[in-house]
Amino acid sequence: MERYILPEIPDYHKLEVYEQHGGYAALKKALGMKPEEVTDEVKKSNLRGRGGACFPTGLKWTFMPKQTTKAKYLCVNGDESEPGTFKDRQIFEFNPHLLIEGTVIACYAMGITTAYIYIRGEYGKWIKMLQKALDDAYAKGYAGENILGSGFSTNIYLHKGAGAYICGEESALMNSIEGQRGYPRVKPPFPAQNGLWGCPTTINNVETISNVPLIINRGWEWYSKIGSPKHPGPILVGVSGHVNKPGVFEVATGELLTDLIYRYAGGIPGDNKIKALIPGGSSTMILRGDALEGVRMDAESLKAAGSSVGTAGMIVMDENADLIRVITRIAKFYYHESCGQCTPCREGTGWLWKILKRFESGDGQTSDIDLLMDIANNIEGNTICALGDAAAWPVQSMIRRFRDEFEKRVSKTHVGSPDVSDRNRHTEKMMPVSS
Amino acid sequence: MLTEENLKKVEDLRKRYPTSQAALLPVLWIVQEQEGWISEDMMRHIGLLLNLPFGHVLGVVTFYTMYNSSPKGKYHIEICTNVSCMLRGSDKILEAVEHRCGAKPGQTSADGKWTVSEVECMGACGGAPMLAIGEEYYENLTPEKTERLLESLE
Repeated sequence: MERYILPEIPDYHKLEVYEQHGGYAALKKALGMKPEEVTDEVKKSNLRGRGGACFPTGLKWTFMPKQTTKAKYLCVNGDESEPGTFKDRQIFEFNPHLLIEGTVIACYAMGITTAYIYIRGEYGKWIKMLQKALDDAYAKGYAGENILGSGFSTNIYLHKGAGAYICGEESALMNSIEGQRGYPRVKPPFPAQNGLWGCPTTINNVETISNVPLIINRGWEWYSKIGSPKHPGPILVGVSGHVNKPGVFEVATGELLTDLIYRYAGGIPGDNKIKALIPGGSSTMILRGDALEGVRMDAESLKAAGSSVGTAGMIVMDENADLIRVITRIAKFYYHESCGQCTPCREGTGWLWKILKRFESGDGQTSDIDLLMDIANNIEGNTICALGDAAAWPVQSMIRRFRDEFEKRVSKTHVGSPDVSDRNRHTEKMMPVSS
Repeated sequence: MLTEENLKKVEDLRKRYPTSQAALLPVLWIVQEQEGWISEDMMRHIGLLLNLPFGHVLGVVTFYTMYNSSPKGKYHIEICTNVSCMLRGSDKILEAVEHRCGAKPGQTSADGKWTVSEVECMGACGGAPMLAIGEEYYENLTPEKTERLLESLE
């Protein structure tokens, strides 16, 4: 497939090179259209969010009120902290103007005059790259006052995060921009009604916004025919873990997972078998290596396979991988990143990690497997934001699909049901959660 | 206290947001760039500057892992040990760093040169295993490469 988001053109990050290859033509075109026509084009293209939830982008834009006396805001989410995900970084480095162009078009479509691009603090180097591109875009009149003489003005600011996975959650991200701790907000009210400083706000992922200029340039019909009809377009897939050539690959949605692993990422070292695959970042349900045949990188196919697209950050584990170690590490991550607002998540993630550490050291009990499932089920759906679900799903799917791995780590002295006193001993051990 | 130049930066930053509170994260970054860490005195100073209670500033500094509320060594080495890096041998990288620096995660070496931290996914899974020193990422590491890197910083 031709590459649109990450084209193979040297120095494409430079404004003059970007312009030579038709850059900012989409912006000119959009400014000649009515704002609702731009939104309509995006809606008809069937573009779905690339940040994890696959929500239809055009539909999200229509939630913004047209008549309002309040300011309106756009937040572009470049917090990119989901383990296994490293795609937005490629856009900052290799195609920053596509992101800027998409941001201005989105602002025009929704009548927004201020946009914040929120980027994780660890990406300091890439923030500087994007800032350089943004300064160049301002100097040429592609952003700021009276853009290209159209009378439309919008300012774009980069906002640097400071190390908190939770700020990738849209309402936590808004709180972080407001100068607060990154606590997610209860919804409703939704951001389109009550977002940044109580004003209508739309939050879109970096990659999502970068698809917008393509749609405007070549039309929704062209775009909607790329890849899977219900989830079309180019998609950046990260492949990491046990593969020969890890990296980010731009493909059309609907690419076979096996092609991504073997054709793009060069297969498994030593021709080992695949034991397990995390298809879209650590929150997505883990799949068995022997159940990947025919599964495709799109929302429908991965849902049918019992997982989801997430951020399309695939982590491959070969036949020798220690899955208990993997799930213990994932549980530690969510425990560390829980913001602490909701009890089921704050306490439950720590409990999951502590119990999993018992399995990791070969000291698990058979009853602990059900205990893990019970805790995960009680976190899922019982928290303000999706971090609780994200912590529960990997554990639930790991137990459902790899129960034998847990059973192998049950301590010989603990086989069978523990008596009540024994269970209490462990409950007591579990109570004070500290890192 | 912030330098004159940095105080001017703060004024510019405030124009980007409708409230002064929103300038807090970027202003804390300026403090950390100037001082290397954010002391309690600095938090009070920033609180007065942005009209925020000390408790709010303290809450924000301690919520975000990248703000240092204590001084760090000359080089702050952050090693990712999350899944993608773990699968590709981050244990060995961490060991090499601990050995060379004489400090475990969370510690600063006795000579104040190195601070070692184990961190969550840094978004460099395609170059796993990796570590970061300041804004620079070092990817596709082996224990030998790690040792050479640390030697070059001696």
